[in-house]
Amino acid sequence: MKYLHLVWSNLRRKKTRTVLTILSILVAFLLFGYLVTIDQAMAMGVSLVGEDRLVVRHKVSLIQLLPASYEARMEEIEGVDDATHATWFGGIYQDPKNFFQQSPVKPDEYLAMYPEFLLSEEERNGWLNTRTGAVVGRTLADKFGWKVGDKVPIRATIWRQKDGSATWTFDIVGIYDGEDPGTDTTQFLFRYDYFDEARAGAYGQVGWYILRIVDPERAAAVAEAIDAEFANSPAETRTETELAFLQGFAKQIGNVGKILLAVLSAVFFTILLVAGNTMAQAVRERTEEIGVLKAMGYSNRQVLGLVLGESFLMAVVGGGLGLGLAWLLITAGGDPTGGALPIFYLPKENLVTGALLMLALGFVTGIVPALQAMRLSVSDALRRG
Amino acid sequence: MNALVEVVGVAKSFKRGTEVIQVLDKLDLTVEQGEFLALMGPSGSGKSTLLNLIGGLDRPTEGRVTVGGQRIDALSDRKLAGWRSRHVGFVFQFYNLMPVLTAARNVELPLLLAPLSKKERSKQVATALDIVGLSHRLHHYPRQLSGGEQQRVGIARAIATDPTLVLADEPTGDLDRESGDEVLGILHTLSSDLGKTILMVTHDPLAAERADRTLHLDKGKLIEREEAA
Repeated sequence: MKYLHLVWSNLRRKKTRTVLTILSILVAFLLFGYLVTIDQAMAMGVSLVGEDRLVVRHKVSLIQLLPASYEARMEEIEGVDDATHATWFGGIYQDPKNFFQQSPVKPDEYLAMYPEFLLSEEERNGWLNTRTGAVVGRTLADKFGWKVGDKVPIRATIWRQKDGSATWTFDIVGIYDGEDPGTDTTQFLFRYDYFDEARAGAYGQVGWYILRIVDPERAAAVAEAIDAEFANSPAETRTETELAFLQGFAKQIGNVGKILLAVLSAVFFTILLVAGNTMAQAVRERTEEIGVLKAMGYSNRQVLGLVLGESFLMAVVGGGLGLGLAWLLITAGGDPTGGALPIFYLPKENLVTGALLMLALGFVTGIVPALQAMRLSVSDALRRG
Repeated sequence: MNALVEVVGVAKSFKRGTEVIQVLDKLDLTVEQGEFLALMGPSGSGKSTLLNLIGGLDRPTEGRVTVGGQRIDALSDRKLAGWRSRHVGFVFQFYNLMPVLTAARNVELPLLLAPLSKKERSKQVATALDIVGLSHRLHHYPRQLSGGEQQRVGIARAIATDPTLVLADEPTGDLDRESGDEVLGILHTLSSDLGKTILMVTHDPLAAERADRTLHLDKGKLIEREEAA
């Protein structure tokens, strides 16, 4: 700690250069914060999904429907604890830009399957007693200013009603919260029985099943048993973990993770050059001073430590400010898309990754000039100065 | 008097491409404890090289250098650095202060290497700056000081750890006569009153006159010895 003042003073030597470098590191880590948050949002919090849930869809594609009768057969399969289903409604609220997921579900079963969706008892009962009732996530409700009692018209793009109408009007009977920041609170859920009776066709068909299994360790075996059960039927199934299902779903709009990784790599490579150049210049300019320090008795290792200390300090100050700012903006400002992303928060593990990145940046940018400074002979350094 | 520095048969050569340049040639020198010795000679005569060898900044090609009974040419780099921090103070021609540190912080630099508390360091910094008459300039940066004052801070830094040996390489070379005299006065006081052994390289005969003894170097050999006035 007694050398901190010396390290800090050296960084203040060329204030403009140091400030600009720190700012560029700050921007890189601000971007890092946002990109990992978006990456996670695009993957729909796949790292946070229940390990004990499987998703069963039609073997051909998610668009193909499955018979509702499969539910009872699935629940008979060994290892399956419970089953429920959902269907893609694909409606539009006011404007196609207002995208969010709407699904007809069985209220009791669905809420039991997703205990992380927190709904009051009163609202739950309200839903069970209102055929046209819908519950919506807090993020979605906030986005559109919905409250319990509101009537919300959704224009169907897939499911028309028997009378030919494309507009379905739902009564908001509840607003659910998420158990943790990783819970998707952008869903619009309404009753399957109402939907099935009112739709113009495909009665008794559902989009996909969600199963809770007894032992997550046996997920592969259970998935295999389910697919075997419906093999050679008109609607063969494909069963996978919820994690794999959501990942596959996210990949439909491209490999976002790969794109973000490419952007981040480019940003950090640039920062590496910027900060590395700053450190190299800073040490080159101080050859004589390094010689003086060594003449005083500073050992080669101490000189190495001082130079590395500078690069670490620069990376930690810039990175810390950037990551801190990202956390503040994401926490306070929320989703910049206004709710289009199902979840939007900066998880702690990414903060840890960010901190490790800072240390790596400090080391990589400082090690070459630090080694040069360490190897400098005193007399040479004093002569060159 | 006891010999503090003993240089025996020291030679130093450098390679420049295929050419070998002999800077010091089997040189013998003894410096007594508490002596103020001036080294004179033309450029390239090997004065600074000799100073570097005695200060443990460089190693001789041949011969041995003993300071305070310690054979320093045989020490490892790490041990030599430790030895320098305890036994030698350097004064440079261009002061070589850290521009980003105040006078006090500059003087504190060698003390950071010693096992001292912050309070002890502050006390020693204050003492060293007091000796050179700059107690009132503690918090000034080098750019806020005159050349003479900067060199006095340089001397304070050199004596902050209370070393036995002070090596000064042209300490007045960048100063006007008046400031140079002040600096020489301080060096003389360090030797006469505080018992420091001082080796000073200089081109200036008037500066050399302030020393107890002056030696002349030419082409790597000590060619003349004279007593100061």
